[in-house]
Formats: sequence, C-alpha cells, structure tokens
Amino acid sequence: MMDFSLNGARLTALPSGALWWGEMRLLCVSDLHLGKSERMARRAGTLLPPYEVAETLTRLESDIAAHNPAKVVCLGDSFDDLMAGQGLDQGARMRLTVLQAGREWVWIEGNHDAGPLDLGGVHLAELALGGLVFRHIAAPNLAASGGEISGHYHPKVRLAGQGLPAFLLGQARLILPAYGAYTGGMLADRAPLQGLMGPRARALALRGGKILQVPLP
Amino acid sequence: MPLPHSAPPPYLAAMNLPAPLKDWIAAQGWGLHPHQKEMLARADAPATLLIAPTGGGKTMAGFLPSLCELAHGYDGLHTLYISPLKALSADIARNLRAPVAGAGLPITIEDRTGDTPSHIRARQRVRPPHILLTTPESLALMLSYPDAGRIFGSLRRVVLDELHALAENKRGDQVMLLLARLQSLAPQMRRVGLSATTHDPAALARYLHPEAGLIIAPAGPAPDIALLATRAPPPWAGGGGHYAIPDILAEVARHQTTLIFHNTRAQAEIFFHKLWLANADNLPIGIHHGSLALDARKRVESAMAEGSLRAVVCTASLDLGLDWGAVDLVIQVGAPRSVGRLVQRIGRANHRYNAPSKARLVPANRFEIIECVAALQAAAAGDLDGAAQPEGGLDVLCQHILICACAAPFAADTLYDEVRSAGPYATLTRAGFEQALDFVATGGYALRAYDQWQRLMLRQGLWGLRDPRSAALIRQNLGTITDTPRIPVRLKGGAGLGEVEESFAASLRAGDTFLIGGQIVRFQSLDERAVTVARSAAQTPRVPVYSGGKFSSSLQLARRIANLIAAPAPLPPDARDWVLQQSDISRLPNMQRLLIECFPHEGQIFHAIYGFAGQNAQATLGLLLSKVMEEEGLAPLGYLAADHATLIWGLRAMTDPAPLLDSARLHAGLEDWLAGTAVMKRAFRGVATITGLTPRNIQGLRKSGRAVTFSTDILYDTLRKYDAGHLLLAITRAEAERGLVDFSRIAELLARVEGRFDLLHLDRPSPFAAPLLLERGRVPIMGQGRDELAEAEARALMRAAGLD
Repeated sequence: MMDFSLNGARLTALPSGALWWGEMRLLCVSDLHLGKSERMARRAGTLLPPYEVAETLTRLESDIAAHNPAKVVCLGDSFDDLMAGQGLDQGARMRLTVLQAGREWVWIEGNHDAGPLDLGGVHLAELALGGLVFRHIAAPNLAASGGEISGHYHPKVRLAGQGLPAFLLGQARLILPAYGAYTGGMLADRAPLQGLMGPRARALALRGGKILQVPLP
Repeated sequence: MPLPHSAPPPYLAAMNLPAPLKDWIAAQGWGLHPHQKEMLARADAPATLLIAPTGGGKTMAGFLPSLCELAHGYDGLHTLYISPLKALSADIARNLRAPVAGAGLPITIEDRTGDTPSHIRARQRVRPPHILLTTPESLALMLSYPDAGRIFGSLRRVVLDELHALAENKRGDQVMLLLARLQSLAPQMRRVGLSATTHDPAALARYLHPEAGLIIAPAGPAPDIALLATRAPPPWAGGGGHYAIPDILAEVARHQTTLIFHNTRAQAEIFFHKLWLANADNLPIGIHHGSLALDARKRVESAMAEGSLRAVVCTASLDLGLDWGAVDLVIQVGAPRSVGRLVQRIGRANHRYNAPSKARLVPANRFEIIECVAALQAAAAGDLDGAAQPEGGLDVLCQHILICACAAPFAADTLYDEVRSAGPYATLTRAGFEQALDFVATGGYALRAYDQWQRLMLRQGLWGLRDPRSAALIRQNLGTITDTPRIPVRLKGGAGLGEVEESFAASLRAGDTFLIGGQIVRFQSLDERAVTVARSAAQTPRVPVYSGGKFSSSLQLARRIANLIAAPAPLPPDARDWVLQQSDISRLPNMQRLLIECFPHEGQIFHAIYGFAGQNAQATLGLLLSKVMEEEGLAPLGYLAADHATLIWGLRAMTDPAPLLDSARLHAGLEDWLAGTAVMKRAFRGVATITGLTPRNIQGLRKSGRAVTFSTDILYDTLRKYDAGHLLLAITRAEAERGLVDFSRIAELLARVEGRFDLLHLDRPSPFAAPLLLERGRVPIMGQGRDELAEAEARALMRAAGLD
C-alpha cells in the first residue's frame, strides 16, 4: 500500500493495482478486459486458457472484501468487447451481482466497451467527484483546477531487469495499471505516456505484493 | 558432387546410369565413388541412409537414382529434396542443373522456400517441377493446402539432407510427420537420408524408417588439426580470442580462403570489428551470421563462391551446406564444446574427398586451452558426442494435426496410424494422441469453455476446421523454430542490415551506437516494424544480445577435462603454468572430492562448484542447489552450467555445504521449485508458439503491439493455478527436462564424493572460476534476492532523482 495526494484528495495505491479513496470509500480498478479469451477464440481462432474472468473476479472480490467500498468505479475496458461482456457465463454474472449488492457501481466507458451492458450498475462516459475526474483515456490538456484518474495505457516500468505494472503519478493526473489477468503493458518511457506525464512524475510499481516507488525518466 | 580435382580410377560401371549422363560425367573426367554406385544399386529400397564425410559427393549420390528414373521423361513431381537450410536449396538446384543441362536430360528442377516469390509458388502448385528443393517449413505449408494430394501423389523419392542436424531438434519431428503424410499420399515414395558422420548411425537410420538400409562411406584422410600457435598466450579469462588477431591475419594471408568460426553472433561481430582495425593489408574479409539481412548474407556467399574473399568470420550459420572447394583452412575461435560440431566445422576446409582438412583452434582463455585439448583428443579418438534421439514432441504433433485439418477433414483412427508410422512417434499411445487432438479441437481445458468456438469440429466422423478462415492464421504460424523475437534493423531510408532481439531494441536510447554486420550504427527510432539507424563513426559501440542455443556437450568431455587437470602434461606450457596457479591460489578440483569456491565479484557472492558431471547434470545441480540456498536465506540470483562446473551467484555466502548438499533435501520439493523457475517459463514460451496457443503472427500484424500481447508467463501461471493437469504443462515439463538430467545423476555425484566437500572462501575469482564468469546461458532465479535488489534499486533511483 502507498498513500499519496492528488489535487487535495488522499489516495492509496493497492498492490493489486486497484486505487482506494478512503474518504469517499471508493475503490477504482481499470482495464479488467473480462472475456478476453472468449474474444480471442471468436476472432483469432486461438484458444487461451479460459480462466481470466475467474482470476480477475477473484482479485476484485479480495479487494472488495478487504475494503468494503461504498462505491466501485471500473475505469473502462472492463470488457474486452461488448460481445465478450454479453458472453459472460452465469457463474461470472452471479459473482458480479454479489459484488454489486449494497454498493454503488459505475462502469466508465472505454474504447473496447463503448456501450452499456445488462450487468447492473451505472454506465457513464466520465465521473466527476470531489475535485477528481475519472475517465478511461487521459485528456491531453487538463483544466488547471482538475485532478484526473485514468487507465487505458496499461503502464509498466522496468526495475531490476523486470517489467512491472505501475501507477503513474504526475502533478495533476494518475494513470492506473491494468487490473485484468490477461493484460500486457506499455513501458512508461514510450512516447504517448512520456508526453502525458510532466516533470517529477513517479511510478508506483507493483512487485510481489509490494509497491516500489521510482522516478519516471 | 563428383570429384573436380582428384583423378580417381573411373568406376563408371554401367548401373542404370542413362547414356547421356554417363557420357557427360566421363567428359568431365569424373568417376563415381563406391557409395554413389551403392546408392544406385539400392534405388528400389524403401529407405536408405547414406553417411559420408563432407565433400564425399553425398548430395549427388542422393540424386543419382532420381536422375536415372527421370531420364526417360516423367509426368509430375518425382523427387522432393528437404534441407534445413534455405541457402542450400538454391545452391543444390544450381549444382544439379549442370549435369542435367550437360547431359540434355528432360528434367525440371526448382527450389521453393520462404524467399520464393508468390507468383512462382502459385505456378509450382499448378505445374510442379520434376525435382523440388525445399525446407521443412515450406513443405509443411504445401501440405496444408487441399491440393496436396494432387501435387504429391506422383512423388517417387524424397531426399533428406543433413539428417543428423534435423534429428537433433523439433524440426526433425515435424519432418518425420510430414514424411508420414507424404507416404500416405504417395505409397510408392522411397526415402534417402544424407548425413555427416554421427555417433550412432543405426539409430539415425531407424529414425528415417524402421527398415532403412545403411551405407557408410569411408572417412577421408585424418584431418590436420591443432591449436594455433600464437605470439601472445591467451588471457587468463576473457572471450573472443582477440589476442590472436595478428596470428589469424597471418594465417589468412598464407591460405587461399579461411573460415573463422565463432560460437556466438555477438563474438563474431566484435571479432570482425577488431579484425578490420588490425587488417593493415586490407585483405578482403566478410562476416556471415544468422541475424544478418538476407541480402548481406547472399553477398558474402556469392563473393565466397567467386573466390573474391580471403576469409569469412562466421557462426553456426555456415556449419552446414554450401560447397566451397576453395576453403583450405578453418579456424575455430573459442572452445568447440561439441566434438561432433568440431568435426563438422573442420570438414568445411578442403571440400574435397581425399584431401585432409586443415583446422586450427584458438582458445579464448587459459581454461579453454584445456577444453580445446580435450576436444582434440576426443576428435582424434573418433569419440563423437551426441544425445539419444528423444521421442517426438506432442507440441509438434499438435501443430501437425492443425496442418492436416487445413488440408482436409480427417478421421482420427487414420491419422493416428499415420502418425505412428513416423519414427519419433512410433510409441505414441492412443491416449497421448487423443489429448493432442482434444487440445487442438477444444483447447483441452478442464473448464469446457469453447463449445461455440472450437477450432476443430467432428462432422460425419471427420475432424475439420470449424471456420475455414482460420486456416490463414494457422498457415502464417507453421514451423517449429522458436527463436527469441527479433526485429529488423534498417538504415534510415535505406537497406535492411539484419535483426536484433526485441529486448535489445527496447533497451536502445537515442544516440546509442551498436555493431551490426561489422558496421557501427546509431539508433534513431523504434516502431513496431523496425529499428531505424544511421551510420556512425563512434568508437565504442554496444553489441547486440543474441540469445540462441548454447551448445551442450557431453559427460565424456568433462571427464577428459578432469583428467587433463590431474595430469596436465599434454597441455602447452602456458596452460600448465596456469593450472599450477590455480593450485597455489585455490585448489585443483578433481572427481573424488567436490571443490566449492566462494568469492565476491561485482557486489555479489559467487559459488563455483566443480562437479565434472557434464553440462546437463551441472545445470540440474544449479537448479537444486539454488532451491536449497533460497530456503536457507542465501538469496541466490541465478546460476549457469558448464561441462565441468556450476556457478551460482547471490547476495550471501554459504558457510557449510554439507547440510545443503544432502541428497534427500535437494530432492524434496523439487517439482514445485522447478515449476516456478525461468527454465519452465522459457520452455512454455516455445511450446505455446508451436502448438498455436500464442500465434507469432495474428492476421498479418506483427505480434508486438500492446493490444495483442501479454507475456506467456501469465498464461503459464494461470494454467498452473486453474488447470494443473493440462497437456501443455506436461509438454513443457518434458521439454525442460531435456536440458536437465535425472536426479539419479546428481545422487551419483554426491555418492561419488561421499561428503568430501572443500569449501574455500577466496577474495577474488580463482584462475578456473574467472572464465566461468563469462559463460553464457544464465538462468535467473526469482526469489528473495531479486526482491532485495529491486527494493534497493528503487531507493537508489528515488534518491538520485531527489524525490525521496
């Protein structure tokens, strides 16, 4: 766990790749890519081990059990595409329903899942809350007053010879790592990410249940 | 080929040689070797393996029966020639056309490889030549089309070149499955295998066909091999053999054409660079290795063929193939590691049957003197090393099932019988076959998730593709070569120079310079298709990483090394002095005790363990001992294995080896430990590629965009967690174990030394340990040590950035 502030909000990065906002009792996860193996089977004809939905939901259940959030925000690309979302089996739907019981649930739209699904919760393009705006893809130019939480890029950093998923933390924005089991990543020093993060930005890298803080190049 | 230079007695007994061909051969002043005549005599046998030394006219022997049968005309494809090297196909086609044209025979000859233009490939499928020369991968592709039966139905003969090289790896498994397919399409097909001298000819013959006959041509005269005499002695440690450059240049000047072999591409690049700096006479010297652009390689090959190069710095890419009669010296830089490989490389000098080949070895450091002398002794004794042919891999079978499904729906019973007729799969059980079929069809998962999207469907008793469009993806991903992913390097707005590994490309920063094909270039940009560079005049370039096979070698070389250390009289004086130094500074290792040296180096603690058990056993020891060291909190970071020793490094030193090297303790929990290691993850990556789980190419997109890729490590971990009995995990385990040995060999080693462990703490690497530090094939250990390192590095970076 690692605490930090963004635009006045006290936030906590969790080693799972989820974000916890204690004051709001809000849990945020990005890029679940549920149904990725189903989509690959449908489109490319390759049959990946069909366990990523179970694995990703297990992670989410564990974070929700540990923090009991009042509100859960899924920051886009929650489903690998809309058909993959519709194709979730009964077991997975049931697990989602149980997770949603007794709390607010927000699906932010992503580039992979741009429309609503019949899976409970609210479907929004963006969510503004307590000085922060939650959206899938970081806006190139932030309003001077804003703080922004986004996902999309699946950021990673290299540390001691390994590529590690990481939160990227700048002056006014935070980019979340991908939370889904079957997700790759983009190194933080590549063009689109480097352009987004300003000077003195940091990465909070996830490694074996710990969070290691490193400067961005 | 028949002999252009020597003048043998003209055999030329009639046989079935057609008159025009006989006349043409006679007009060249050539004669047939006895083994070539023998091949003609056995033309009707179902399978024949010919073993002959380099330059013995093997290839011609393989084709003579075809030329006879084709002399009177034929309709359709008659002979298929398969070689592991693309370059060889084009070369053989040229060599064959000479006698065919000279004798005016009505025979068409064409080659077909990945480099053949698509309009020619299309035409070849409509109107195949009489003789087609190809590679395993191109054959797999041809057999995946529905018209395979029409094209190959007329086939009479197949010639497999360099069979010893194919049989060493999965390409051999694939070729033997493809031959079984061909045999069904063309029951009259007869097989010819061609091989260099090998350690177990009978086993190789059985591999070709259960009833294959064997012809062994006499070995040529004994080669002239020795260590190269150098002005300066080799360094204590170090690689690359740069100290010998003046002596090597002198040899190049004294000979007509010299091949200078290196064990790695990186070493070849650095050596070539330094050689040019020292090449005061401007001798024309080229470089050739598997990561150079096709054009660059072809330029060097044709310059060699014309005799306009005096030397080529090369790697295993020139181990096989091309007939260069003008090569009169082979120089091997670095210990050859495998005696079989040494003998083959030596054979490249003097590609003429009855002339002795000349070769010189250049040890890169003092320890390699011992290894070179051991290899020379083994070569002189004709003691070739080699592994037993393993059973056919199920991953290759999975791909083969896909190939068959692309061509036409098949019945499981028929395919099972056909597969078992391939040598490596003779003992395949029905259950094993069904598992592979189930994997291909449904994914084979305990959770049946893909009913709707199965890859194969059973319809009216035949298995076929659910979606015929998936054939395109399957065809794009055929083949069993699973190199580390590479990316091309191009000059800005210009020619391709070669390839580097993607991980090396990713580590490049603006302004970095590196060596490729002997040129120094400056990194400009990287996108998904290429690394763009400009020429540079920098003096200290980096050298690209090329992983790629480390040569494994045998227990018997390790024994010879132990004997030379115990009795160093056959070694040159420099090496003898150096052995004495080792005994002064540390101790001489031997086979009755187990010497363990422990020393600090570059901020970490290294342990060198001299077991003389052969590389596979030393690797197993590294795996086991690192497990126990992790349990003891010694924080090991990695290990590597040589023939005679294992090197393990980490954060803390051993104090008492006895409790660590306890047989029961080493064995306990071995399965779990192995399952989590980099050894298994690396093996899984290859298996996932070959079986089509993670296609290299997805619909024309290079698989390096963020959207499609994530590490196969994730799939591996997921399978272990949710589906531990899955077929791919079983294949992966079998694959990883190929490079390890049975636990019993380690138990034997421990029994041999009976607790006589000598742990010496030194303040720096001993003479014997120093060369080990440069060995390749490091296996990382992901444990406590890496955690500590990562945390320390993160703290240091934050401090340096002023952010802590």
